[in-house]
Amino acid sequence: MIEFHLLSRSGVAPYLQLIQQVRSALRLGLLEEGERLPTVKEVSVALAINPNTVLKAYRELEYEGLVAGRQGVGTFVTKTVSEESVAAHQELSQDLRTWLRKARATGLDAEGIEAIFQRAIRSEILEEQAV
Amino acid sequence: MSIPAVATRGLGKRYGRHWALSDCTLSIPAGLVVGLVGPNGAGKSTFIGLMTGMLGPTTGSIEVLGGPAPNSPEQLARIGYVAQGTPIYGGLSVADHLRFGARTNPGWDAALAARRIQDLGLDLGQKAGKLSGGQQAQLALTLGLAKRPELLILDEPIASLDPLARHEFLQSLMAAIAERELGIIMSSHLIGDLEHVCDYLVVLAGSRVVLDGPVAELLACHHLVTGRRRDGTSLPPGVQVITQSHTDRQSTFLVYSTVPVIDATLAAEPVDLEQLVLAYMGGAARTTPALEVQR
Repeated sequence: MIEFHLLSRSGVAPYLQLIQQVRSALRLGLLEEGERLPTVKEVSVALAINPNTVLKAYRELEYEGLVAGRQGVGTFVTKTVSEESVAAHQELSQDLRTWLRKARATGLDAEGIEAIFQRAIRSEILEEQAV
Repeated sequence: MSIPAVATRGLGKRYGRHWALSDCTLSIPAGLVVGLVGPNGAGKSTFIGLMTGMLGPTTGSIEVLGGPAPNSPEQLARIGYVAQGTPIYGGLSVADHLRFGARTNPGWDAALAARRIQDLGLDLGQKAGKLSGGQQAQLALTLGLAKRPELLILDEPIASLDPLARHEFLQSLMAAIAERELGIIMSSHLIGDLEHVCDYLVVLAGSRVVLDGPVAELLACHHLVTGRRRDGTSLPPGVQVITQSHTDRQSTFLVYSTVPVIDATLAAEPVDLEQLVLAYMGGAARTTPALEVQR
């Protein structure tokens, strides 16, 4: 069973933090297919957060097909991150590393790199909307 | 649409020449955790006094759970109230408190009360005055919960507690609402305490409601936008400025927009509840249009 935590000053909404922690646990192999997530009440009490926040996170994970709720039993992991997608990520990750080395060589620090990344994402969204 | 927890129309309360609450019209949905936030003297306790029937309105009307503000035994049984400072009787034992609760509340859930006292590790024979502040607050909450109300109203329940006792108190509240249908209205002058527990927020400032709505929608519809110095009117269409500040180079806006603010020359960030509440308490009137979130 995994344990959730909450960073209150991270700027990331609590329900998103829970989702990210489940995804990350799946990627790291801390959660496997068939395993049960803590109940809504357990998470809500442990973190002193609204049960609806936990429900929202679990529903989103269900929608993504990562977990499935079974009435009265709990929420279970239905999918582990597949081998193929890991392989596909590896290639992208290699490309990104090459790019990062280039960026560092020009003297950019982590924050500068993130700013470029965010700006690029925003321009992409704008272009998509313009089409 | 179910019956709201609290619905008011033009509600106001005046003491002499001073309006403690004025022109309050809102509808708070039932079954949610509602935060009532504002600085000291903003009208929170007055509003709670009107909800619990301890005060009568000067103007307008208020309905609680579809009925009048509690004035009959039937209405009183549906509403639980924990007053400011989570009062207990210092000279009475924990067991005396439970007996008192059982005798004065027709719907008293003795099993729930006993289980909570056990979970908290409280000694039934202990005088309540000898308990720690956190334990006293938990005892007051136990009385409020064991009454089995449909709506539990708490006035500044955690303001005087240390951080650990606050956390434990909120854990108890969350356990209670995870177990059964229960609406909660809780006031605080510290928004940080309520940030993760509330579904719905009502912000009071200067005796008026300046903002109210579901927390998730309020957060989704407000953005902190920064960019090169510019006029508020040059922002993308549909964006409403709540607060703005300018330096010689830069402009910062807290804006309301139901769609994401996407502009290559602006950086838009999400706001947290504290920034949002401060912006509205800083003088902005209740200007948000009916909230509609585009997902």
